[in-house]
Amino acid sequence: MNVLEGTRVALRALLANKLRGILTMLGVIIGVAAVIALMSLGKGAQTQITEQVQSLGTNLLFVNPGQNRPQGNVNTGAGNAQTLTLEDAEALAAELGPLVTAVAAERGVPGTQLIANGQNWQTRITGITADYAVVRNYAVASGEFITENQVDSRATVIVLGSAVAQNLFGENDPINQTVRVSAFGRTGTNARVIGVLAPKGGTGAQNSDDQAFMPLTTVLTRLNPARSAQAGNLVSTITLQVASEEQIDTTIQAIGELLRTRHRSAQDDFVISSQRDYLSAVSQVTGVFTAFLGSVAGISLVVGGIGIMNIMLVSVTERTREIGIRKAVGARRKDILSQFLIEALVVSVAGGAIGVAIGIVISRVAGQINLNGQVIPSIVAPESVALAFTVSAMVGLFFGIYPAMRASRLNPIQALRYE
Amino acid sequence: MVMTLIRPEAPTKRTGDPPTLTPVGTPVIRIREIAKRYQMAETTVHALRGADLDVQPGELIAIMGPSGSGKSTLMNMIGCLDQPTSGSYQLDGIETSTLSEDELARVRNRKIGFVFQSFNLLPRVPAVEQVELPLIYAGVKHRRARATAALEAVGLGDRLFHKPSEMSGGQQQRVAIARALVTDPAIILADEPTGNLDTRSSEEIMELFQTLNTDRGITILFVTHEPDIAAHTQRIVHIRDGRIQTDERVAEPVRATDILARLPTEEAA
Repeated sequence: MNVLEGTRVALRALLANKLRGILTMLGVIIGVAAVIALMSLGKGAQTQITEQVQSLGTNLLFVNPGQNRPQGNVNTGAGNAQTLTLEDAEALAAELGPLVTAVAAERGVPGTQLIANGQNWQTRITGITADYAVVRNYAVASGEFITENQVDSRATVIVLGSAVAQNLFGENDPINQTVRVSAFGRTGTNARVIGVLAPKGGTGAQNSDDQAFMPLTTVLTRLNPARSAQAGNLVSTITLQVASEEQIDTTIQAIGELLRTRHRSAQDDFVISSQRDYLSAVSQVTGVFTAFLGSVAGISLVVGGIGIMNIMLVSVTERTREIGIRKAVGARRKDILSQFLIEALVVSVAGGAIGVAIGIVISRVAGQINLNGQVIPSIVAPESVALAFTVSAMVGLFFGIYPAMRASRLNPIQALRYE
Repeated sequence: MVMTLIRPEAPTKRTGDPPTLTPVGTPVIRIREIAKRYQMAETTVHALRGADLDVQPGELIAIMGPSGSGKSTLMNMIGCLDQPTSGSYQLDGIETSTLSEDELARVRNRKIGFVFQSFNLLPRVPAVEQVELPLIYAGVKHRRARATAALEAVGLGDRLFHKPSEMSGGQQQRVAIARALVTDPAIILADEPTGNLDTRSSEEIMELFQTLNTDRGITILFVTHEPDIAAHTQRIVHIRDGRIQTDERVAEPVRATDILARLPTEEAA
């Protein structure tokens, strides 16, 4: 009995009981459709997050204060040590020369109060240097960004995120308006609005439209809580844009050497991370998330497989006499085994094919749904289709083997006598 | 389909012989001291207690006996559906008592054609595909032509694509006979082939058996309860208590054609 013959017999058996066949397939259909739909959404989210990370700019290196203490008992993590200064950033820009195309230093002041136009808005102010717009891909919708001159002269100017501008000024043009900036409960400083950023999107704490920028020097002198001489010029991050991807490793080394010399310290009191590291961490996390979604959906595929097994066992019992007849006219064990295995496979593969079609439709539809202005795109990856399809066939094989073995082991005499 | 018309001897010429016969030529079935015991809980059931039987090619034999006599067990042995506890059974020169399950399946496929009381056709399958079934397991190509020829041989050349539910009992049994014939087996085994049929259909089946036996020299064994049906054969074997009780020649086998001629013909019209 070859596969073609077996498939014909299987199809005939399925068509003889269409409703049962469809209900049996339904388990596999739902399982496969769920796997494909969820994995497509997971993949879409992964791509979206990756794109957002990449929109920060390319070939970026981040230097943060911190300690690398491989032998230490406690890792206090990046950012707790107070070591990076504006002068470090200036030195890096001067010394690294052609390796880097932009160097930006920043210092954030969260929970800053902005008052303008009778409106009050609390947001995060970041003091930045002129290259910041370059490394973070920020563009102004109106006005202009902070210039090097303004940084050097500690100008009291401010660039507003689009959400901040909307909240403070509504429909009015904020350019050249005055905003009162106060942090840490102090009286504050008046700053002139010179630009409004183009919207970038994001939600909650990640909302890059809900923030404002001022020259780093202005923030350090006017908003800094600790105005001691030593703490005066501390920055939280230095961002460097490397000229080309191949030079990233060289640049990391050069930064390390320079900062070690400047800080005269045996131990590194800074941490260098690349956007590449960040990207791979992000894609690892989202990959785990996608796999998790897929395996949750995979459980329903297993349940579908148990449905197949159930129906195949019923079918073997119902067709005991047929098995007896086949054995009497010369079917061997393996003939009966393959017949019922093929039948289970036909159910699961047909269910898998229908499930793939439905899954693709579902993920297309889900990709259009707009949740609070957020659309999670769905990407039907060929590998998830192949995976779902293969798994459904394996499920058929796995759950079909026991009923098929039962059928092949029937005693022909008893099978022929079966009523 | 090439049919060998070998009739090593005309059994009718030996009608006067005594019941116990000395085998002549190579028997197609040679059974010696065959026994079958079943262990049921505490007791051992002796279904067969040492039976001997020789069947020559071209014979038409009826096996009779009350229920519980062991005749079903004997038919299962002859049909290679079961194996004896002890003793020897050679079918067409093959010793079957030592064969594996798959080898037995192969012997059933090549050497034996089965006909059952309840026809045992596959539901919803057209006649020609029923007949092709043994050929599938034999790995034969061009099955359709051979199946068609077998159905024509049993007079169903115009019913090739009828399903069992669309045929009368007699027609279904003829499909089963065509299925038994199609592999050119050494023997056809029939288990009460007329048990579910009316008189006319029964006689038609017996007529078919007699024709296949006479014209094609096919060896046919069947079990029956009805003496009228057994009377169509040349030899009647009686079984009782797991042993062959009598083995008699029939002096003058009844010809089904003659009986059919005398039956009222309202159905035939």
